[in-house]
Amino acid sequence: MSTEIKTKTREPLFSKKNQRLLTDPFNDNNPITVQVLGICSALAITVKLEPAIVMSLSVMFVLGMGNVVISLMRNLIPNRIRIIVQLVVVATLVIVVDQFLRAFVFDVSKQLSVFVGLIITNCIIMGRFEAFALGNTPWRSFLDGIGNAFGYAVILVIVAFVRELLGSGALFNKQIIPASWYLSPTTGEGFYANNGFFLFPPMALIVVGIIIWIQRSRNRQLIEEN
Amino acid sequence: MNVNSNKYTYLFATVMVVVVAVLLSGLFLVLKPYQEANIELEKRQNILKSIGIVVERSEAAEAFDQYIKQSLVVKNGEIVSDDAMQAFNIDMAKAIQVAPEEREVPLYIAEKDGENFYIIPMRGKGLWGPIWGYIAMLSDGNTVAGATFDHKGETPGLGAEISNASFQQQFDGKTIMSDGQFVSITVIKPGKTVNPSHEVDGISGGTITSNGLSDMLADCFIPYVGYFKQKTAQLQ
Repeated sequence: MSTEIKTKTREPLFSKKNQRLLTDPFNDNNPITVQVLGICSALAITVKLEPAIVMSLSVMFVLGMGNVVISLMRNLIPNRIRIIVQLVVVATLVIVVDQFLRAFVFDVSKQLSVFVGLIITNCIIMGRFEAFALGNTPWRSFLDGIGNAFGYAVILVIVAFVRELLGSGALFNKQIIPASWYLSPTTGEGFYANNGFFLFPPMALIVVGIIIWIQRSRNRQLIEEN
Repeated sequence: MNVNSNKYTYLFATVMVVVVAVLLSGLFLVLKPYQEANIELEKRQNILKSIGIVVERSEAAEAFDQYIKQSLVVKNGEIVSDDAMQAFNIDMAKAIQVAPEEREVPLYIAEKDGENFYIIPMRGKGLWGPIWGYIAMLSDGNTVAGATFDHKGETPGLGAEISNASFQQQFDGKTIMSDGQFVSITVIKPGKTVNPSHEVDGISGGTITSNGLSDMLADCFIPYVGYFKQKTAQLQ
């Protein structure tokens, strides 16, 4: 595929412009913290690190593939039903992923449970189809999809790290906070208790808010003028 | 070609739907045997897990034949069949639709280190979807030897904690009978325990799943109570 595209676009595969497609979503154009897309899943699946990472990988596959498919069809899709076409492409890819996971990596599919289906509702995917893949070549769309999925993954992992550590005292289901620190209701020993609030979605929103705050204080360009 | 004409739009939509439908149904048919094999092996794995035998999925079939000595069909406390395949193929999702007294449910008799265990399947409702599990009873028909639970789509970190070992271990040694009467085991708010031999701590933030699990236990034990009472009587 790559050679065919090379001749079409007449530019190196990883030109400066194409590299920016991969790197921009990490900072200046992060899908979650700057575009504020995909918040729904960032709230729902960041209670623990493991599902957050598997979710990120699945989104990466769906977004990368989907962007390529939409980009290949971009001159064939009737304008009036383009959103429906995009939805069908996402839904198809998600079902394909789900069926393959169930057949060959059963444990991962159990880990993800309902979240595979939730990828369909991830605004980032529809957003990138609509904003990028409909107007760009397949290779550039692929890079854009992978870049944005990475940007999404970074935030998800940070939020899940904070929430699992403070909410469950663990990382990757392994206890990190020593069990001896915990306040025991029977003997009164110990001083520590997990912050149960972190298990609930509002804390994910607050953590994302703090990340946006830090990002904006470091990168003044992101601050609106008024 | 005008891609925005009505005719083209209809044509595109129709072709797209047909292509996607054929693709997905083909994929489903191809992958179905693999998926069903996984589900069946996982079922054997879970049955074994309730008596503390943890095996890889690939070895589950062999280990199952080694430890499970008998698979019976039980109805209202009486054995109605000893056909192993019939017992194994009972769909608990369908079985629990029937009143507990009318239900035909499987009972697995396992032997481990010279001791007999009765393994019974459970199925009920969590917050978002079904929850299920297996409970192994000691040969007295009263004391729980081990429990394992799983779920379809409970919230990770909250209701989904029922599939965690630390939650399941609480069931070890609990009893389901009190003075010869069936009382089941109740999942209650942590720290509110009154009767420790029939109660386990629930999950903070997973109250509806915890309550669903309580209801599941109360419901799914019923068909076996008569059988277990006989076993208890035999020992005395």
